Amino acid sequence: MTGVSTITADELVVAPVETGFWTRSRKVGLGLAAAGVLAAIAFGALATSQTARFTLSEDAQGAALAIDGTVGAILFGLIAAAAGAAMFTDRWFPWLLGVGIVAFVLSFLCWQISDAPAGQNFMPLVNIVRGTFLLAVPLIFGALAGVLCERSGVVNVAIEGQLLMGAFCGALVGTMAASAWVGLIAAALGGAFISLLLAIFTIRYLVDQVVMGIVLNLLALGLTGFLYERLMQTNQAKYNQPPHFGNWEIPLLKDIPVLGPALFRSNLFLYLALILVVVIHIALFRTRWGLRTRSVGEHPTAADTLGVRVLGLRYRNVLLAGVVAGIGGASYTLLLYSFTKNMIGGKGFIALAALIFGRWSPTGALLAALFFGFADQLGVYLGAINSIIPSQFLAMLPYLATILAVAGLVGRVRAPAADGKPYIKG
Amino acid sequence: MTTTATEEKKAPEQPKESFAQAFLHGLWAANTVTVTILAVVLALVIGGILIVVSDPDVMAKYGYFTARPGDALGSSWEVVGDAYASLFKGSVVDPAAVSAWISGEGGWERVFAPISETLTYTTPLVFTGLSVALAFRGGLFNIGAQGQAIVGVILAALAGFLIPLPPVVHLVVALLAGALGGAIWGFIPGFLKARTGAHEVINTIMLNYVALYFLTWIIVQKGVQNPDRTDAISKPVDSSAQLPRLLGDNLRVHAGIILAVLVTWGVAWLLNRSTLGFELRAVGNNPDASRTAGISVTATYVSVMVIAGALAGLGGANMVVGSTADALTPLVVAQIGFDGILVALLGRVKPWGVALAALLFGALRAGGNTMQSVSSISLELVTVLQALIVIFIAAPALVKAIFRLRAARAARLSTSLAKGW
Amino acid sequence: MEPGEIHALLGENGAGKSTLMNVLYGLLQPDEGEILVDDEPVQIRSPRDAINAGIGMVHQHFMLVPVFTVAENVMLGAEKVRGGIAGFLDHRRARREVEEVSTRYGLRVDPDAVVEDLPVGIQQRVEIVKALTREVDLLILDEPTAVLTPQETDELLAVMRSLKESGKSIVFITHKLGEVKAIADRITVIRRGRTVGTATPDASRDELAALMVGRSVSLTVTKLAKEPGPPMLQVEGLVVDDERGHQAVAGVDLEVRAGEVLGIAGVQGNGQTELVEAIMGLRPVLAGTVTLDGQRIEGWSAKKVLRAGVGYVPEDRSVDGLVKEFTVAENLVLDIYDRPPFGSRGVLKPDAIAASAKERIAQFDVRTSSHESAVSTLSGGNQQKVIVAREMSRPLKLFIAAQPTRGVDVGSIEFIHSRIVHERDVDTAVLLVSSELDEVIGLADRIAVMYRGRILAVVPPDTPREEIGLLMAGVVQEEG
Repeated sequence: MTGVSTITADELVVAPVETGFWTRSRKVGLGLAAAGVLAAIAFGALATSQTARFTLSEDAQGAALAIDGTVGAILFGLIAAAAGAAMFTDRWFPWLLGVGIVAFVLSFLCWQISDAPAGQNFMPLVNIVRGTFLLAVPLIFGALAGVLCERSGVVNVAIEGQLLMGAFCGALVGTMAASAWVGLIAAALGGAFISLLLAIFTIRYLVDQVVMGIVLNLLALGLTGFLYERLMQTNQAKYNQPPHFGNWEIPLLKDIPVLGPALFRSNLFLYLALILVVVIHIALFRTRWGLRTRSVGEHPTAADTLGVRVLGLRYRNVLLAGVVAGIGGASYTLLLYSFTKNMIGGKGFIALAALIFGRWSPTGALLAALFFGFADQLGVYLGAINSIIPSQFLAMLPYLATILAVAGLVGRVRAPAADGKPYIKG
Repeated sequence: MTTTATEEKKAPEQPKESFAQAFLHGLWAANTVTVTILAVVLALVIGGILIVVSDPDVMAKYGYFTARPGDALGSSWEVVGDAYASLFKGSVVDPAAVSAWISGEGGWERVFAPISETLTYTTPLVFTGLSVALAFRGGLFNIGAQGQAIVGVILAALAGFLIPLPPVVHLVVALLAGALGGAIWGFIPGFLKARTGAHEVINTIMLNYVALYFLTWIIVQKGVQNPDRTDAISKPVDSSAQLPRLLGDNLRVHAGIILAVLVTWGVAWLLNRSTLGFELRAVGNNPDASRTAGISVTATYVSVMVIAGALAGLGGANMVVGSTADALTPLVVAQIGFDGILVALLGRVKPWGVALAALLFGALRAGGNTMQSVSSISLELVTVLQALIVIFIAAPALVKAIFRLRAARAARLSTSLAKGW
Repeated sequence: MEPGEIHALLGENGAGKSTLMNVLYGLLQPDEGEILVDDEPVQIRSPRDAINAGIGMVHQHFMLVPVFTVAENVMLGAEKVRGGIAGFLDHRRARREVEEVSTRYGLRVDPDAVVEDLPVGIQQRVEIVKALTREVDLLILDEPTAVLTPQETDELLAVMRSLKESGKSIVFITHKLGEVKAIADRITVIRRGRTVGTATPDASRDELAALMVGRSVSLTVTKLAKEPGPPMLQVEGLVVDDERGHQAVAGVDLEVRAGEVLGIAGVQGNGQTELVEAIMGLRPVLAGTVTLDGQRIEGWSAKKVLRAGVGYVPEDRSVDGLVKEFTVAENLVLDIYDRPPFGSRGVLKPDAIAASAKERIAQFDVRTSSHESAVSTLSGGNQQKVIVAREMSRPLKLFIAAQPTRGVDVGSIEFIHSRIVHERDVDTAVLLVSSELDEVIGLADRIAVMYRGRILAVVPPDTPREEIGLLMAGVVQEEG
């Protein structure tokens, strides 16, 4: 210890390292700009000079936003390209991405609409918006069921089965009781039944959550298919002619242009879905239940040390998820149709995609569900105008978008940290 | 620096149990044979209850159960017994056919028909089951066997009716095309996992549907769609690309089952005797230690998924070059990919276990057909039974608790699994 | 425990300190015995009971939800709510409470900061605030200084004193003697799950150490003087990030010569792990060069580095060193399974693997029932010997051992040390990383002290312990 003076080496020394030019924003920007230029060229060339009209009604009548097809395709393509170029500033990433995608879609639509058979060069926005929302309804319920489960740390791959069970129970009990409301309650219980199995086996018996979800989907498929053939097919009138909810108009709101006729002359399920998004969002981020749910999904041990009952909360949320998904399933059978085998047909997995694409948040799930619903509706529309774009490729869109999202190409998605991990004390 | 022996076990930093590791431990720890048999019994009991409650005539008899319990129980027994007897007759052997053959009234074919059916349904499940099992051993959960089988069946069928080739060669090309298609579809999630860490469970689920829509699209394209038909069905695969039938033209069992046995042996060899299998098992059990020892985890993930995909693709190819069908339809691969997950779990993700599990599921399918036609019990009951069996073996603690076997509690923790997104 | 007392619980790693405290906090259930609070026996079945009994705990691994804000973490489990049954969170009251507690005890924290963005020292403060808002009388701190820098440690000790003044009791669990002497009022020493003695802070270090370890430690390694050969490993200007993207190695230069042991001393978490992993090709090198025997190896894969003649014992044996489900034999060839004689052209040769395994087991004194036993059935020391055996089975130019004797019994430690010295004696360059200063001093020919991602100094092993200790704390002495 002969030192005359001592210094401490505590100032944080950071050696300089070159950072790469290609940030994520710039990579995506490059892709978007290329897509925009491509759209301007290709869609512009393919589009005809017919006026593309976006009518604010259900048919060709009334006011409309109109633009020359070729001009529109080129213009919107260039806007998308500009948005991509602007990403090189490394700022406003989400906004620019949104603008770019919307512009790209509009460019595409200008081509499609102007290229439609004569007399059909219009897109009725009311129909499109309404169809988008209606097709999104089961997705919203399904994705919310996913939010409830996964935010508390239980992976829900069984959404498909919950929806299916809800649809089945709604139809069966609704028919037998001759009451849509009773059917709705039964649907909720049906979804909760699948959830109960999921909860017991994953929480109590620690079976892998993904495995259990997959198996439960098959169980629901077999169970409803079996009872459908045994009961419903043999006696349609007694077991499978469910009463349906009608459309309810909401005063005042129903008169808003476009949105009014599209959204507020609709049915119970759409209203319920939108209300649930708001309620669950507020509950998750503003209430004690939400705080505890999120803590259990992120760091259950920490929650446990603070006296939060981890397993109890998980049971409760998984069951609640089943109720929500069950009601979503009822939107199939208590609104338009009667029950048929495997009638959910993969929508549960699109709901799962919406959950992931919406980053495990209720509002994100809503937006993702609407996006997927729009893709679906667009397929219907393009079919109607004899488009050369195959509807199957539009149907792939939700799945492809989700793959891109989890691959980190369009923003990073992060699941709740403890999602999928059983909690074992000690 | 002294540490006692007892402390030593827990003192070193608690290793985080990897998913595959914990899962295998759980599956293999329980007495597998006992649990499997009990799981099947439980599933059949629940299936029986379902048959009874969904039969209005029998249920009517329960209305006066207290007055004449014999009626209700008797008819329940009758309807369930009849159904399961059909299940057995359709999958293993029908005694009536045997006595008819002995007495010379019937041919031998009727005796072997149930076995033939069972093996026909078994074949594709062996492939998809092995696909899921192999990926599992490599630490990946391949939910995408369905999609891989779909892409496999597309390429196999295209090769089967677009390329004119002599017999044998044509068959080999079609099978290889199927494997290639599955491999491509397996490569994508494997590559994304290795490159970006994207979760293979999510990606394989999504790719299943992408494949399905691709199939429904390609069927109706010119040159693919059967020109004589307006519905969604492709041209039939040339007979030069068909697997030969083993027991004459009246029985459906075909050479695919031999291929399945060979492939099972191949996968077992790959896992236990090859360096790739060594890497695969090492990575599946502990990717960190594997990486530290110089094994490329990312390359292993990719190869695992490519091989798993190829296996599922072969399973898909079987659906058009075997006797099940000869043309593409939207439902051509049925559920073989999803069933493969169940088969892999039931087979404890070991190759020969998977083969046996596929045999059980094949028998259920084959028997289910008979049950449907003879006893008019919906084939869907088989799906229920399959799901229930797997639920029960996945939770051996529950089975043991139900049958009051010992060590239920100890087994409970050992079934722990952890696989998040 | 008296009110207003700081009671230190001293013991080695694995002596049972944390287990005892987890029982006290209700995370584990006692097999027998009882707990008295204010002379009343209490049953603590869950953390909730512990909180109600006025016990708070700061865990060794923080119990904080990383994506929550400080206020959210503090109120979790004891939320301030309004709106009746709906239970809306009252963020304003929660924030006020955090601010109140933090000013009262001098624990500066921003209630709106997100925990994962905070440095470790501040996170620990959040933990303490969390306990204090629950109005605990007894605060358990489990190894609180293990992850702190000396400055942060000093701040923590100051906080503990102010808590003591306001009448709180503190149980302070540690294995660091200096801190105990600096702050404790009473000391209980635990060994192998038993109380082996109590002492006051004026007891000497030697006394305490002897109590803790049970016998006087003699850690001598017979090592002959040796002239080192040419440089084998040269690292220049190395920069490496940790998992979170923070710079963990900030420009390290070092050189290891053939036939010498270079020991790296330092408090854990100062970049040693990242340094070694970067050399091994397990972590990207952001800047700088790594040269092995005249060949640049940065950017190589781990496989290539290993095959170039580097042996590596990773610090976390159960995570990075062994595949637990594999047999001893399989673990012994984990790195060379695909090379003759163990495998060729993609085919394994089980007979060769078994034969070699038997040989290694004998040579390295691995206690196992068979080469086909799963390696997880072996004791920690024998598991470590499996790794050492594997890594020393190739011709080596460089041997890197990170914490080679952590959690290993005495017999195995001596064996492993002798093997390391043997490697040095056959002219292998050895890089030894250890947070046990005694180990470094005993084995190394030169000691490099690492602090905050840099090598502060390279000193000979006969340098006084205190001086090395100061360097480990980041204090550099300058002549003149």
